Amino acid sequence: MNKLSLFGLLGLVIRRDLLLAMRRRADVLTTLIFFVMVVSLFPLGVGPEAEMLRKMASGVVWVAALLSSMLSLPRMFSADYLDGTLEQMLLAPQSLTALVLGKIVAHWMLSGLPLVLIAPVLGLQFDMSLQALWMLVVALLLGTPILSMIGAIGAALTLGLRGGGVLVSLLVLPLCIPVLIFGAGAVDAVNSGMSAVSNLSLLGAFMLFALVFTPFVAAQALRISME
Amino acid sequence: MLEVGNLACSRGDHRLFSGLSFTLHPGQIMQVQGANGSGKTSLLRTLCGFIQPDEGQILWRGKRVRDLGEDYFAELLYLGHLNAIKDELSALENLQMSAGLAGYTVSEQQAITVLRRMGLQRREHLPVRVLSQGQRRRVALARLLTSDAHLWILDEPLTALDVGAVGLMQELIGEHLSNGGMTIFTTHQPLQVAGVQMRQLALS
Repeated sequence: MNKLSLFGLLGLVIRRDLLLAMRRRADVLTTLIFFVMVVSLFPLGVGPEAEMLRKMASGVVWVAALLSSMLSLPRMFSADYLDGTLEQMLLAPQSLTALVLGKIVAHWMLSGLPLVLIAPVLGLQFDMSLQALWMLVVALLLGTPILSMIGAIGAALTLGLRGGGVLVSLLVLPLCIPVLIFGAGAVDAVNSGMSAVSNLSLLGAFMLFALVFTPFVAAQALRISME
Repeated sequence: MLEVGNLACSRGDHRLFSGLSFTLHPGQIMQVQGANGSGKTSLLRTLCGFIQPDEGQILWRGKRVRDLGEDYFAELLYLGHLNAIKDELSALENLQMSAGLAGYTVSEQQAITVLRRMGLQRREHLPVRVLSQGQRRRVALARLLTSDAHLWILDEPLTALDVGAVGLMQELIGEHLSNGGMTIFTTHQPLQVAGVQMRQLALS
């Protein structure tokens, strides 16, 4: 019998979550379609003034990304909680923090990465310039993992609660405001011909900070929720 | 060796049990008895470390399980009311994934052998969703055969099992005990393991 290393476990959890998502595609598609719909509704509702659309583009895309990541959050641990897999995860002879990190990475690949990839296409509806589109992708690439990481804490805390979906949004959305501000700010900076380095550095700093602390906090929250 | 001293546990304001003490040596098996709601599952979950006891201590090989943490989990196998299997995955994938979560890898050949012994021939590659309740329980129980954990904590392992599977469980537990393992379990069905004295713990 071969023992599994810490990285082996991390890989296993990611592979497992991706495999489960492939067998249950509707969940992944819901998030993506919601994002596409919300972003596409704005040009229709606001009207075709290119100047105004260009101005609001980054804000709209970011708010939609925030909302659609909220949509997928309650599912992060709930299926494992309901079928008892989470109990077994808490009993894994490896660090629960690493296991939670694996789940966060898988969640981001399923709910964050698709948004990053489709965002430039949606940006075209807002007549965004090439540089702005490029910056939008980079900012989303730095920002969406933070949403998954902070969201993991909320999802773990509200596990098994009635109305947990609403509660998780109330808990997590305020914490995501800085990401929204600096993410949208990076694109605005490019639009107004300034450097976006400060915004991106702050986003990167947030991401590293979240990477260090959130898996541990979410793991503790899971232990509390299971009691 | 598992030592439990003066253990007390409550859910909400309701005290489930207190002053509970026992010692389990290698090769011993203990059945936890009690009416519905007497705290059998809570006791087993406390032993797993999911629930913090109000009082008392749980020692594994002389050390507190809270301090041991992952080292204790490596020697522990818990099977709860829930099967911890995924409907979307096949029996084979489920077994390999749960082995992975328990910290070891199982080859495909090994997993198929184990599933066959559990009476799941030609079901290895079917999604668990199409299996019956009893067959799902068998998939969950297949973990017992791949694991090298010393302490088995089984909560109602015989639910939904037919006579043949109950016989198989008795055989598995017998093998585990003769290899120096320990078992604590709850059940409302009769379970006899040949050649071993069954210890009883009654919760009231």
